[in-house]
Amino acid sequence: MEVKEEIWELRLYVAGQTTKSVTALQNLKKYCEEHLKDKYKIEVIDLLVHPQLAEGDQILAIPTLVKKVPEPIRKIIGDLSNEEKVLVGLNIRPSTK
Amino acid sequence: MSIEQQKKEDPGLINKILHKTPTGITGLDEITGGGLPSGRPTLICGAAGSGKTLFSMEFIVRGALEFNEPGVFMAFEEKSEELTVNVASLGFDLDKLQKDKLVKLDHVHIERSEIEETGEYDLDGLFIRLGYAIDSIGAKRVVLDTIENLFSGLSNQLILRAELRRLFQWLKEKGVTAIITGEKGEGALTRQGLEEYVSDCVILLDHRVCNQISTRLLRIVKYRGSVHGTNEYPFLIDEEGISVLPVTALKLENNVSAERISSGIPSLDKMLEGKGFYRGSSILVSGTAGTGKTSIAAYFAHATCLRKERCVYFAFEESPPQIIRNMQSIGINLQEHIDDGLLQFHASRPTLNGLEMHLVSIHKVVNKFRPRTIILDPITNLITVGSVSEVKAMLIRLIDFLQTQQITVMFTALTLNNIVNEQTDEGVSSLVDAWLRVRDIEFNGERNRGMYVMKSRGMKHSNQVREFVISDEGLNLVSVYLGPEGVLTGSAREAQQLQEETGLILRTHAVSRKDLEIERKRKVLEAKIASLHEEFESLQDELNKSYVEEELKKEIIEKNREKLTKIRHHENNTATDNSSSE
Repeated sequence: MEVKEEIWELRLYVAGQTTKSVTALQNLKKYCEEHLKDKYKIEVIDLLVHPQLAEGDQILAIPTLVKKVPEPIRKIIGDLSNEEKVLVGLNIRPSTK
Repeated sequence: MSIEQQKKEDPGLINKILHKTPTGITGLDEITGGGLPSGRPTLICGAAGSGKTLFSMEFIVRGALEFNEPGVFMAFEEKSEELTVNVASLGFDLDKLQKDKLVKLDHVHIERSEIEETGEYDLDGLFIRLGYAIDSIGAKRVVLDTIENLFSGLSNQLILRAELRRLFQWLKEKGVTAIITGEKGEGALTRQGLEEYVSDCVILLDHRVCNQISTRLLRIVKYRGSVHGTNEYPFLIDEEGISVLPVTALKLENNVSAERISSGIPSLDKMLEGKGFYRGSSILVSGTAGTGKTSIAAYFAHATCLRKERCVYFAFEESPPQIIRNMQSIGINLQEHIDDGLLQFHASRPTLNGLEMHLVSIHKVVNKFRPRTIILDPITNLITVGSVSEVKAMLIRLIDFLQTQQITVMFTALTLNNIVNEQTDEGVSSLVDAWLRVRDIEFNGERNRGMYVMKSRGMKHSNQVREFVISDEGLNLVSVYLGPEGVLTGSAREAQQLQEETGLILRTHAVSRKDLEIERKRKVLEAKIASLHEEFESLQDELNKSYVEEELKKEIIEKNREKLTKIRHHENNTATDNSSSE
């Protein structure tokens, strides 16, 4: 898979600074650093501040991670504690460690 | 009543009584005594296609249009555009309502394949979305249709259930009146046991097919803190939305009218104290096939229209043009009344919909057209779509409804020599105010119609059997001939009448001959008397004559004797005298 040219655009929807949200962001950052170094953008959207954005990405659960690019769009909900699932969801093969 | 009283006694209690939010759905607010519980969630459950979405949509739209309560419709199944198109057929313009900020549609799309679950999460996103939607238009009403779809999209049931509980709690705190729809589950009201969370008001919608005829039914399973109707109420979905029909009015206190209206047949009116039926009463015309029930009904309709009152004719057997043509043959022109807008025909096959649907459609027609008289011809055909008791129940409700509106109704019913139909006759007859029976009288090789008034509440009706004659000039009732040979009708009656007429002529003839004879005899006798009289007179003359002769003779003799004596005297002394006198 030609991954080098692609940039992962990730959006993390949270609602305030809840434990789950904080954990999710930490986990996400960790995975991205490990597997997608310099190939990702993380945008954190706090729905408490921008509730109107919830409809656009069909957000139900909090926290939700949305991968817009590369296609296909995937959503990962939860605190992202399961690394394997997150990586599958983001379509990242664990690079050789 | 007791609540009303309490309200007066304790003004503080008013605040404690459950507030209700009217739905605006025809009939539902009557059953629930005012609507759904305000500020609480209500569960509407039912199988697929039972009308849940439409029901909740109508709640939102009516709220926005009629009660100025904006609403949020959160759809988990259909897209906003689909919903807009679907309800446009009911005349709801969702796009405009959305533009006016009265309604907000929000489609929640859950695609399992797109979602990966890892670890803990909650549904705050949904809450925020809903909260935002509510706040953006100041919504008072919320619909979640069908929230169970969450269960198919998300796999962590524990979280879901906990979150749902929180959601309903949150809705209550928001103070919005909510409808949550749920698919009917096996042995439970909903597949996911939503009734567990929504416990204030549960309404069950059902779509039942019986004898290939479908009926939609609504039942309030539970309504905490309020009295409500407990029956299954039929409802109808048509181009004006949902109408629920209260099965029976709870009271029997209709106004009654002492006004009388003509049946259209003067001789029939004569049997009913000469005035006809009471206004607002129910009349049953029953009889075997071909006895002229439809003609009686058509005459009644005709009479109604001639009074410039409106009439609706529900035909379950013949098409309107057929009825109009047939009635022209007996001298009434119904087409005129249709053109004048006084008469409406509603023809439908009984099997078109269930009994309840017929009832609902009658209700709708009556409410729209406001007739003074309606005709159902014939009700017996309805049995094809329901059992006897169902038909009876329907008619009770119909009569009930019509009486509150002071509408006179005429049913026709076919009697066959069939047990089921005989039951109908009797079943219905106890409900109606007047019952006319038309029956065949087979006699002397022909069939004639006899008619009598079986009952007519509140008047001294005639107890006579009349012969019912249908001719080119119309309908008429003729007194049957009661003779030594029994009741005679038709040509036998006419023959008897002719015979009587001949007899009369013969008798008068005989009498006049006898008179003549007497006259003649009198003349003969008179003649005789006259001749006798003559005889007597001649006899008398005769007698008189001899008498006079005798007198004359006597006189003459007297004279002669005097002469003689004189002569003799003269002879003695005066002979000269004698000679000188000579």
